[in-house]
Amino acid sequence: MKPPSFVYHAPATVAEAVEALAAAGADGKVLAGGQSLIPLMNMRLAAPGQLVDINHVAGLGEITAEAGGVRVGALARHAEVEASETAFAAQPLVRRALRLVAHPAVRNRGTTVGSIVHADPAAEMPAVLALLGGSVRARGPEGERDIPAAEFFTGPMESSLRTGELAVSAFFPSTAGGTAIVEVARRHGDYAMAGVAALVGPDHARVACLSVGAVPVVVDVTEAQGDWARAARLVQERIEPEADIHATADYRRHLTGVLAERALKEAADA
Amino acid sequence: MTTRLFGEPVRRREDARLVAGNGRYLDDLGADALAVAFVRSPHAHARITGIDVDDAVDVEGLVAIYTWEDLPEGVREPLPLLIPHPALTHGRTAYCLAKDVVRHVGEPIVMVVAADRYIAEDVCERIHVSYEFLKPVVGLENAVEGPNLVHDDVPGNVGAHMVQEVAHRDGRAARDVIAAAPHTLEFRLDIERSACMPMEGKGVYARWDADDRSLRVYSSTQTSTSVRMAIAAKLGLPLPKVEVIAPDVGGGFGVKIVHPWPEEILVPWAARLLNREVKWTEDRREHFVSSAHERAQVQHVKVGFDDEGRVLGLDVEILHDHGAYTPYGIIVPIITSTQLLGPYKIGSYRVEFFSVYTNTVQVTPYRGAGRPQGVFCMERTMDKIAQYLGKDRTDVRAANFIQPDEFPYDQQMIFQDGRPLIYDSGDYPASLRKLKDLIGWDDFPAMQAEAAAEGRRIGIGVGCYVEGTGVGPYEGGHVQVTSDGRVHVSTGLTSQGQGHETVFAQIAATELGVPIEKVSVVTGDTRRFGYAVGTFASRAAVMSGNAIALACRKVKEKALRIAADALEADPADLEITDGMVHVVGAPSASIPLATVAVLSNPLRYAFDEEAKRATQFATSGSMDRPPVAEGQEPGLEGKDYYSPVRSTFASGMHAAIVETDPDTAEIRILRYAVVHDCGKMINPMLVEGQIHGGVAQGVGGALYEKMAYDEYGQLLNASFMDFLMPYVTEIPRIETDHLETPSPLNPLGIKGAGEAGVIPVSAVIAGAVEDAEKIVIDRMPISPSDLYALRDSSRTSGAVSLLRNTQ
Repeated sequence: MKPPSFVYHAPATVAEAVEALAAAGADGKVLAGGQSLIPLMNMRLAAPGQLVDINHVAGLGEITAEAGGVRVGALARHAEVEASETAFAAQPLVRRALRLVAHPAVRNRGTTVGSIVHADPAAEMPAVLALLGGSVRARGPEGERDIPAAEFFTGPMESSLRTGELAVSAFFPSTAGGTAIVEVARRHGDYAMAGVAALVGPDHARVACLSVGAVPVVVDVTEAQGDWARAARLVQERIEPEADIHATADYRRHLTGVLAERALKEAADA
Repeated sequence: MTTRLFGEPVRRREDARLVAGNGRYLDDLGADALAVAFVRSPHAHARITGIDVDDAVDVEGLVAIYTWEDLPEGVREPLPLLIPHPALTHGRTAYCLAKDVVRHVGEPIVMVVAADRYIAEDVCERIHVSYEFLKPVVGLENAVEGPNLVHDDVPGNVGAHMVQEVAHRDGRAARDVIAAAPHTLEFRLDIERSACMPMEGKGVYARWDADDRSLRVYSSTQTSTSVRMAIAAKLGLPLPKVEVIAPDVGGGFGVKIVHPWPEEILVPWAARLLNREVKWTEDRREHFVSSAHERAQVQHVKVGFDDEGRVLGLDVEILHDHGAYTPYGIIVPIITSTQLLGPYKIGSYRVEFFSVYTNTVQVTPYRGAGRPQGVFCMERTMDKIAQYLGKDRTDVRAANFIQPDEFPYDQQMIFQDGRPLIYDSGDYPASLRKLKDLIGWDDFPAMQAEAAAEGRRIGIGVGCYVEGTGVGPYEGGHVQVTSDGRVHVSTGLTSQGQGHETVFAQIAATELGVPIEKVSVVTGDTRRFGYAVGTFASRAAVMSGNAIALACRKVKEKALRIAADALEADPADLEITDGMVHVVGAPSASIPLATVAVLSNPLRYAFDEEAKRATQFATSGSMDRPPVAEGQEPGLEGKDYYSPVRSTFASGMHAAIVETDPDTAEIRILRYAVVHDCGKMINPMLVEGQIHGGVAQGVGGALYEKMAYDEYGQLLNASFMDFLMPYVTEIPRIETDHLETPSPLNPLGIKGAGEAGVIPVSAVIAGAVEDAEKIVIDRMPISPSDLYALRDSSRTSGAVSLLRNTQ
């Protein structure tokens, strides 16, 4: 469990980081919190030839209130975002979801943007970003662009970030109405077997589901008109769960229905 | 009173060192040693057709690459079959490095020695092994149904077959008794694999001293003495030229009693050959796929019983999965077969097991060592009888208990130590009363009804066990008092975090009458004590504890005799308190034990003030006697051994209340209660710690852990991300109560406590989930997904919990 050798870059600015990434091409990988990447490298499941460590880049750790939401920098640790009153005031779901992300030790090091870029469909923060219709700001050799969540997640561990692009921040919009997130994991802090984040506004309702598709599955359930059991059935029709060693596909579908109903009720009552 | 420490909750003396990070575990040693990594088989069953190292030999920092072909005589033979047994007709063991055929994913094929582990793993990636694929055998029933074979020369994949019968007192065989019984039940039980999973994996560090022609080996082992003998034999070295030391060891739970592991032979061999320090530290993936697992069994049970629920006959057929090899023999299924009987008088008993090969990691004892499976079988049986008869589950158990006046109780079987299965002492009715009080058994139906009214499902379960502990053949202890008044205790068996430094010091301090601060304890270091068996089978306290007590008594006798001379008193009038030997009732007539130690060793040369007292012109001994009397030895020290006639039998009972979520099928333990009887307790705090850790491992086995092999023999969850060892968040608070029925078999009256906590947990949780859900639970572990599927199938089949008379 030792990684093969790699070239290590420690850029001090975003521009240097982007330059290093662009030069590395497909062989480059960004190191932020390292909570997923380093174990993958140690198990030799990932072997990037060039590692661009952004931990020394100034200005990436900020959590800033912006019009209509909160912007979280690429180096903001989960624990910092969880504790941030700025983030909580703009979008309370962020804090609630982060409390379900792994354990304090992981949250102290892991970054929220890193988790989004890792794009694990079982992870909470991609689902939250997808539910809220947030976005990821990317900086590349050609400049900066904002990628809407709906276009960002393209597959398991796959995003629409281009080679040479660095995700510098994520934007979580404020929302009218209540939100909730519930999940069932085998152990406290594990990736959930199923989980649902819900948003219920005055004239709309939708959920984002974890672990039941290649990407976070967002389902608009406005048509259920407050009949959350019916909404749960709508959700179950839309998801494509798969079996693994922890849960059958049937159970995941059932569980997602139960959790969708619970999350929607909780969001409606919030 | 300051020295009466036996029985006191003394805080662990080793913790300051271990908790502060000052422990020295295997990987903390040998910072400059060469590192070892292995190319291990990625296939469950294949013939090796070629090993190509061309790509690897130029890697900077590579020192050596070895395959089986490179190994010398002694090292190239199959590893030893440690515990032969007549029923193990087809025992097979692996080679240090695979020869021709690999039989499980993870089997070592090539050994790489390099400047560091990074380079060693780089080299491994560049070595190309080619294979001819053979059909893998995975799953117990596939193994016996055939036609594929793990070993060509083992027909039906059956390594061992054993039948044991205990006839009814009227002479009838169990099957005849069952056929004629008023009621019978028949069912099948399944238990999954788990594994010890110590936080520290295995590891070996060796250094060869070319000038001294001697070898020193550190191994993260549960038996340094036996590893030493194995290394000396395999490498052809004289035993006195090999020393093996178990440094701080981060958990064992059974896997480290297996020896010699291939690495324990290969690393010292390479160190000597290269004349360099060499170290191998196992990583977690290696531990998953190349150490050992345990538990997996399928059991077919038939039981006959009367209207009171008394078992008249029990017939159990066990399919036991021992994986690809049998280095540890058939100890696990033998323990299942014998310990299945628990605290009960079973009218007649027949147990048959087939121990079979599969293309999976070998199976050797894991804390509990076959007992969790046996207890699962018996306790599920008791629950089913109670349900069938409409009786309280504890009443059925009580109706079958061995009574306190029936000890010693002979179960008329042969136990794992080859000796009769005779229980020495116990009080099972008293344990059950305590347990029912602790958990509130009689109040539970009202609680359950109340919960049901709120739409909640809760259930209660109970499980009883008897555990043979302190198996022989022996352990020894050496105790030396030096002239500074310090007491040095050593024993050959090893420690893996149990608290031996504390409990052995408590025993020595109590026996010798010295402050515990004066006592130091060394375990598992062959330089200090060469004869030992090892730490397993809940035996360390019983075996070494008693040996150390006996050694202390020898030292004390000698001390009193020397002190009596000095004080001109009768030894019978002397006692030792706080390190001072004094006349009983006359504290002023005294001499420090340190001075006695000085006087015990007549000197010619004085090297300090104390020593002057023992030199030839300073002593006032008789001129007619030699300075060292005939039959005596210089020095205040003693050595003794404890070798029991047979094992001593601890017991316990657990109960749990669980809640199942009607919607999500999550299972939560609301309460967990333990009543435990390990005879006299040396340290109740450490006993409770053992119980807590055991229950936690038991909860893992009941609700979380399994080895997920696919049909190709790939282990799908070989990491802590997917092998779900419970966190502290999954473990309930554990409520404990104790009973102390001393063992009549040993001087201290103690029984083992190391494994107890884990043994009945799966049985208890299964019973509780069954009670909450009213669905039969015959397979463990159980996950929410499993429970959901069971609910689903019980709805469609209508087979809700009702056990039918099979007659």
